[in-house]
Amino acid sequence: MQEVSNTRRDKPDSHLQTEGELLRTLILPARVESIAVLTSAIDELLEQIGCPLRHQMQIDVAADEVFCNISSYAYPDSQGEAEVRIELLREPLALRLTFIDTGIPYDPLTAPEPDVTLSAEDRTAGGLGVFLVRKTMDSVDYERAGDSNILRITKFIGTALK
Amino acid sequence: MLNIKPTIENEKAVFVLEGRLDSMTSSDLEKELTPVLPDLKELTLDLEKLDYISSAGLRVFLLAQKTMNEKGKMTVVHVNETIMEIFEVTGFSDILTIE
Repeated sequence: MQEVSNTRRDKPDSHLQTEGELLRTLILPARVESIAVLTSAIDELLEQIGCPLRHQMQIDVAADEVFCNISSYAYPDSQGEAEVRIELLREPLALRLTFIDTGIPYDPLTAPEPDVTLSAEDRTAGGLGVFLVRKTMDSVDYERAGDSNILRITKFIGTALK
Repeated sequence: MLNIKPTIENEKAVFVLEGRLDSMTSSDLEKELTPVLPDLKELTLDLEKLDYISSAGLRVFLLAQKTMNEKGKMTVVHVNETIMEIFEVTGFSDILTIE
């Protein structure tokens, strides 16, 4: 059983300076089993904010896709960890998730988009995850900094704070 | 969390899915569906209580649809707005029979 920590980091790396209010930082084993921990944390925060359910579900799906990719590909030969920062931006109100892993360099935004017009027989499910994230989030950007992959996804949640 | 409630009679099956069909749970659905698919002529997936579906869930739907296309019919019913949007964005709304 790996330890799951949710401690805040007091001194974020300079290139990871946060723009908004850092609500939570999770450091999770890079395994699909961690996704439930991540989406529970996101749900809890978004419910406190009063985020519309539809946006909450889209953010959960996006978090699932990104973390699943990290779990599957970042550390082919070892057990690694990934850090997820959950941030609230204001004006306009948005949730930003920043995923940081120190696995092999991988920019998911370079993956070819699936052809969504093919018939069932010709379709595969490859590339759908990243595609969904790009379609449902308002911004997605990737950066390789030092030995880290940093993927930021931002979703406007246009709602008044409770 | 995903609850799967299958009702199978003769060559017809209804699978009621409740919760989240995601990276963790979609393999559970695949395990439940795979052994029964060869005997089915009609498969209905009832999504009324399903909160969302990720690409891992779409993959299982695609596999089931391809299998059913060869010998019968698959229908997806009670699709909520969030899931419908995912079907539309990914082109699954053209692949699946949604009622």
